[in-house]
Amino acid sequence: MLSALSTSQRQAALVFLVLLAFVGLFVAGIGRDDPIAGHGWLVLAVSLLSIFAILTRYYDPEPPADRAGSYYDEPVKVGIILAMIWAVVGMFVGDWVAWLLVYPEMTFAEPWASFGRLRPVHTTAVIFGFGGNALIATSFYVVQRTSRVRLAGTLSPLFVLWGYNLFCVLAATGYLWGINQSKEYAEPEWYADLWLVIVWVAYFVLYLRTLARRQEPHIYVANWYYLAFILVVAVLHIVNGLALPLSWAMAKSYPIFSGVQDAMTQWWYGHNAVAFFLTAGFLGMMYYYLPKRAGRPIFSYRLSIISFWGITFFYMWAGSHHLHYTALPHWVQTLGMTFSLMLLIPSWASAGNALLTLNGAWHKVRDDATLRFMMIAAVFYGLSTFEGSFMAIRSVNALSHYTDWTVGHVHAGALGWVAMITFGAIYASVPWLWKRKTMWSPALVEAHFWLALAGTLIYVFAMWNSGIIQGLMWRTYNESGTLAYSFIQSLEAMRPYYFARAIGGVFFLLGALIGCYNIWMTIRAAGSAEALRDDHPQSRPDPALEMGR
Amino acid sequence: MFGLHYKLETKAIALVLAIIGVSSIGGLVEIAPLFTIDQTVEEAPDMRVLTPLELAGRNIYIREGCNSCHSQMIRTLRDEVERYGPYSRAVESQYDHPMLWGSKRTGPDLARLGDKYSDAWHAAHLFNPRDLVPQSVMPAYPWLARTQLRTDDLPLHLERLSTLGVPYTQAMIENAAADAAGQAAPNTERAWGVAERYGEATNVRDFDGAQGAPTEMDALVAYLQMLGRQTAIAHAQAGDAP
Repeated sequence: MLSALSTSQRQAALVFLVLLAFVGLFVAGIGRDDPIAGHGWLVLAVSLLSIFAILTRYYDPEPPADRAGSYYDEPVKVGIILAMIWAVVGMFVGDWVAWLLVYPEMTFAEPWASFGRLRPVHTTAVIFGFGGNALIATSFYVVQRTSRVRLAGTLSPLFVLWGYNLFCVLAATGYLWGINQSKEYAEPEWYADLWLVIVWVAYFVLYLRTLARRQEPHIYVANWYYLAFILVVAVLHIVNGLALPLSWAMAKSYPIFSGVQDAMTQWWYGHNAVAFFLTAGFLGMMYYYLPKRAGRPIFSYRLSIISFWGITFFYMWAGSHHLHYTALPHWVQTLGMTFSLMLLIPSWASAGNALLTLNGAWHKVRDDATLRFMMIAAVFYGLSTFEGSFMAIRSVNALSHYTDWTVGHVHAGALGWVAMITFGAIYASVPWLWKRKTMWSPALVEAHFWLALAGTLIYVFAMWNSGIIQGLMWRTYNESGTLAYSFIQSLEAMRPYYFARAIGGVFFLLGALIGCYNIWMTIRAAGSAEALRDDHPQSRPDPALEMGR
Repeated sequence: MFGLHYKLETKAIALVLAIIGVSSIGGLVEIAPLFTIDQTVEEAPDMRVLTPLELAGRNIYIREGCNSCHSQMIRTLRDEVERYGPYSRAVESQYDHPMLWGSKRTGPDLARLGDKYSDAWHAAHLFNPRDLVPQSVMPAYPWLARTQLRTDDLPLHLERLSTLGVPYTQAMIENAAADAAGQAAPNTERAWGVAERYGEATNVRDFDGAQGAPTEMDALVAYLQMLGRQTAIAHAQAGDAP
């Protein structure tokens, strides 16, 4: 990876890392009475390790002067490996906390091992660690191929990737030490949030500069979605993260909004983290890898336009459906419900567009587990967006809210859609990136597919059952007109479903581990320079990507 | 629409601006008016602020991620009102930075938990929930009772919150550390100061049942015992005594 850097870029990286090391040391010093000191030391350690890594390779030969004739794939490769590492970490912690709800004694009386501290480690590791790295890596890959130009920077892609992972590490370790802002999916404290803003601006500038240099007159559909993902996530993150720190030397901060305004801002953020992180970004992935792998152009250019602007507009109104029947004013709840229902149109436009693209390639879906991952992802995308719109209806939400049904819905989307499309994209990319003909073992891809599908189905069915039973038990009245069940009775009824859910998680985790092994063996296998000799900016455009250029 | 888009997708900056414009509308229409429409948050003249000890307890609640399993928002549904008490009003969380309404009830709602159980029950339940409720899946928090509460930074906490609009007086800010200790040490001079600054209705008790400097258990139990007791507005409107 460092071999791509020229001597002056290596020097620039060293200067930056020395500064970062001093920042870490400074924070460790001024915050010595506060948990923030741990993060100061962590930043110092990371900087020193990086400095060491660069120094050991400092006198390596420089890259050839003219590199515009090739794509810059080192950050993509690193990003994919990091995504798989985070997948294993995040899914393991997720399954661990699932078991905690069956065997609550497994916390060893240790603060860091309790459910409340581990649960955000799971969500952050899978959403931001696994999902985020996969999005950054594939966006770097896709923007180069669809623009037929090298990334507009050599150092900045590395900064974006490693800086982003530093944010993920700060977030996950912070929860274990009790640093948590409490906002769901935005738990990291102010300094980690600020660091992410810096990284994200660099990401946006890099992406925009690469697009500006493109050799294609039109911006390909995948890039619209990646661009919306980068832009809107920035807006959401900054507004929801507005907070007043106690001091520069303390981790704790107080969000500037309170009560009902804070609740609305949080769910405007929360729901659109789903929309623009977990949907728009991964739709970008789908719109490149699915037609490419199927060898068929996107079914309809117009459907993709309707879907894109529909998602960009409607989603931002939908967050208030998380607050039905609460102290949030009624008119905002109604708007949220209305727009959530309308969202079904652009959502199904994309899901339908993906499935119709496969017309004429269904024999490939049958034979190729990688393409089947993407097909099942589109199916789950369609199912969970339907379920989402349904659950946003006020009277349905009365039953489903606060129950495991929500958890089941989230995982139908996260496992069935986000993880499946990512595994499909990764299995497609790895042979292309490391110049192999296929994955090391197509049979293991097949095994991963069935484990992932079985795990998802077990998980989702368990949570549908538990959620609906819970919701019904809470509202059941007996003949004398009083509530029939105590809360603890409803909890007792959950035990078999919590057990089944944890088993489903084991299946899904096993699949990811098999995937890691397969990827590792593919990387180690001997490459052939012949495999992808047309993969450079001067090559002819791929006909499968013709539509929507 | 298609023609306009066809032009947009040839110009990166125009596409960026269009995405920002289109995506901003929803948030502006739904969030901005919440700050300006007066009916959004009702008036509650008897609304009181959290004491320093209760605030410290709230921060422990956040630190331990209690809000991932417990909501603090009773919806306007018959079964919820009958199970948990009068439905939650917006004003009841107007000083909550951040709000802790929650999104999941793996455990029950806590919006009206205050005064429902004794301090001793809470201390024992937090030490190990299964000692009292055998079927519980809540984690045990045995270290709370043996961890001394950090109080020296509490003036700073109150000061920052007052910057954000929580009505802490200068006297409250200056005495925050002493008041935190005083609230857990009844019948001492410090305890009288708490009642003087925060009102006679404030719970001044030895929450963890152990003498000495306040522990994290004192703070968390003090917070839990205050939940739903900051104002009587919800009870008054529901027609029953607070």
